[in-house]
Order: sequence, then structure tokens, then C-alpha cells
Amino acid sequence: MKEQGTFRVKKGMAQMQKGGVIMDVTNVEQARIAEKAGAVAVMALERVPSDIRAAGGVARMADPEMIMSIMDTVTIPVMAKVRIGHFAEAQILEELGVDYIDESEVLTPADEQYHVNKHLFKVPFVCGARDLGEALRRISEGAAMIRTKGEPGTGNVVEAVRHMRKVMDQVRQVISKADDELVVLAREIGVSLELLKEVRSAGRLPVVNFAAGGIASPADASLMMQLGSDGIFVGSGIFKSEKPQLVAEAIVKATLHYDDPKVLVEVSRKLGHAMPGLEMSTLTEADRMQERGI
Amino acid sequence: MKIGVLSVQGAVTEHIRHLERCGVGAVAVKNRESLNGISGLIIPGGESTTIGKLIETFGLADLIRERNRQGSLAVFGTCAGMVLIARDIIDGIKGQPKLGLMDITVQRNAFGRQKESFETEVEFKSFDAPLTAVFIRAPIIEKASPEVEPLANMPEGIVAARQGNLLATSFHPELTDDLRVHQYFIRMCK
Repeated sequence: MKEQGTFRVKKGMAQMQKGGVIMDVTNVEQARIAEKAGAVAVMALERVPSDIRAAGGVARMADPEMIMSIMDTVTIPVMAKVRIGHFAEAQILEELGVDYIDESEVLTPADEQYHVNKHLFKVPFVCGARDLGEALRRISEGAAMIRTKGEPGTGNVVEAVRHMRKVMDQVRQVISKADDELVVLAREIGVSLELLKEVRSAGRLPVVNFAAGGIASPADASLMMQLGSDGIFVGSGIFKSEKPQLVAEAIVKATLHYDDPKVLVEVSRKLGHAMPGLEMSTLTEADRMQERGI
Repeated sequence: MKIGVLSVQGAVTEHIRHLERCGVGAVAVKNRESLNGISGLIIPGGESTTIGKLIETFGLADLIRERNRQGSLAVFGTCAGMVLIARDIIDGIKGQPKLGLMDITVQRNAFGRQKESFETEVEFKSFDAPLTAVFIRAPIIEKASPEVEPLANMPEGIVAARQGNLLATSFHPELTDDLRVHQYFIRMCK
């Protein structure tokens, strides 16, 4: 008998993405470029995060027609985003057959209290996190993959670095804690003791953990991999750059050879202008997407 | 004896852990140099288009083909790895890179998209009890030459097979605690 949508199958899908680059695309042509460059998956959305920032207003799930056209174009997995807590959008995407759903702070949250109950779905979910508590809360809701939130659409890697370091630091603390200390930590960060024990015995998050939110160059990808990411999401960084095809290929190669400076020199050359970035201090409190859904 | 795991992308650490549990030295293979001194190579699950492109770009593909044909390197492909070692691929991308070692025709994503991915019990030839097999956007062997020995079947087609020093599975033995498929491959490595 075939058992579909088990947690092992959902989590396993993310394990197959490790060491790879997942790229935001907004049309069929970009999806082709991403696949050709060696992306392990594409994220289909109507606007990349930097354009969502610029446009303002309410950002929702993309038009299914557009997602379908991308699913028909590429053979690699296709992901798509839903608003935090918007389980109806998630039901639509599952029916559509997308391979992974990103419950994303890049879109305008639909529920300020509850995330989607991801256990109810056969399709796996990825969620953003800034620290261990957020990551484990999302996993307890059924997320099969975690990514840093970073600060989307900025082309500034500083927040992704902050979040990855924070998670890694907290994992190291958990590893060294005794049972009674874990009980207190579980209460402090609002997660179950069982999940913390899983982290302690595995020495890492119990699911795959990618970097996202501000990665815009091969060097950024290398940095995040060296900090312990399992792989890389690139949002605006590719198709807001001067030479998307070259930047896409370079980031794929840099993610593989993140620890080989010779390769990094080679792939970082002649990439044209990177996307223009945003300094964090220019963002108002309301501009900060990472504060959504914690 | 040392066995390598192609460390380009995908479920690399899972295979390394299984090999270590079997008591074999495991090597992550990322460049041409690390292909020296191993008797077997596991090509893990991941995206076949990504892994295929990168092993061509970084000069690994030719060396793997050469050493396998000389008989000094057994190769085991799981999922995307099965696609990569197949002679023919159905529904590949234009110019899909491949190693083309095994006389099989493989259909990519044969069971549908991720929500159709599943786990099930499979009878594996010569094993005394069935194994739990995890299929993730899995490929299937549609056609195999007479030299290929099917090792596991589903109603949809062949999901595990061997040809000389080549082994292929549609499913992911590295995602369960069962070590038998890895032990089977280790016995194939000289």
C-alpha cells in the first residue's frame, strides 16, 4: 500500500534539495533560465520581493494560471508562496500540484495569531525563522523545511547572517544542556521538550535549513554555506541583476564550491552590476518583513 | 575499502552515515582528486539536471565513466542517480546531461509530483524480508536490456536493478534505517 504525504516523504523532498539553489521566478522565460543554470527548484511568484516592497499594498498568492505555466515549462520542482495563516491559499496550491509551499512573510500575513496547520497537507511546507524557537514552532506546526527569514528584497545579506548565526548558536547551546535545563529552555522559547531533545541528539535542526532573504552574490552564497546553511534561496538577487543568466550560474557554482576560493574568484568575475541593495537603517518598522509571523 | 558519495547536491550526508554504519570508509567526492582510491561511488538523490550539469562542468563525468568502464569503480544511483546513470532518459530537459552507463530507459518523475510521493513495502530480490522504500518524485525503469537484472518491481515498472558493477534504485534506501541495500552495494565493490 502506498502511503502519501508522510512526514518522512515531505522532509525527504527537502533533503534532496540540499546543497542546491532555489530561485525566484516570475515568468516562463525566467524559469527556463533558472533550470538551465542548475537551480534545484524554482519559486513561482508574481513579483520578486524587491518589487513587492516597491509596490506596497496587499501581496497575495500568485495567479494559479501563472504558476501552472511554469509547472508546464520546467521539470525541476516548483514552489509557490502563501500568506502566513492562509490555509485556503494553501489548499489551492496543493490542488494545483506545486511541489512545495512557502508560508512566507514576503506576502502580507492573513492571520496574526495562527500559522497554517501544515500537518493536514500532503504537500510539504517551508517556513522562515529568525531563531531556534521560531524554527521549532514552525516544525511543530508541520513544516518540513526551514529557511532564515533574512530581510527579503533588500539584496543585503546582514539579516540572513544574523538569523543563521543565531540558530546555530542556539543549537550549540542545546547540545550542551542537561535534561532539567532543557525543560526550562523549552518553556522560555515556547517549544516542546521532545523537539529540543531531537535537536540535542541530532546536533542540528531536525529538518533541512536553507538561507534566504538578501542573498545577491556568489560570495553571499558561500558565506551562508560556510555558516552552516544546507542550501540557498535567491529572490530578487538574480533577476534584478544586470546579467541574470551569469549570476544564476555563478551562485549555483559558488554554493557547491563554497569552501574553494579559487572557484569563487572564477565565478565572481564579470557578473555586471548586482541588484541595488537597501541599507537596513533606511527601513521603517513597517517595512521589516521579518517581524511577521513569529 | 573506501566508497565515495558524489557530493555535488542532494542527500549526501545520509548516504555517508549509512556507509559508516556498515563499517565502510566513506568519502565525499566533490572533485577529480577525491575519485582516486575509492572502489565504489554512490550518486545520491537530488536534482538530476543540477548534478548532471555540475559534474560535466567540473570534469567529474568523464572520469566516472572511464573508471566504471575499466571495471575499477562500481556505481550505485538512487533516484536522480538512477536517472544519471541511465543510457536513455524520458522527459529530460533539452540536452539533459547524463553518464549513460546502464542499459536502461528511465522515465523521470514517473509517479507524479511531490504530493503523489509515497513510501511502501517492496520485495527486493535475495532479501529475506521486504524493505520500506521511500519514493520522492521518483523515476522508474521503463525498459531494460537483457543484461540488466531487475531486483524490485512495482505494478508501474522496475524500481531496482543491477547490471554488472552498476546498481540503481528509484527509491531512497538512505532515508530509512535499513542498511541492506547499502550492504548489497558494498558486496559489489571490489
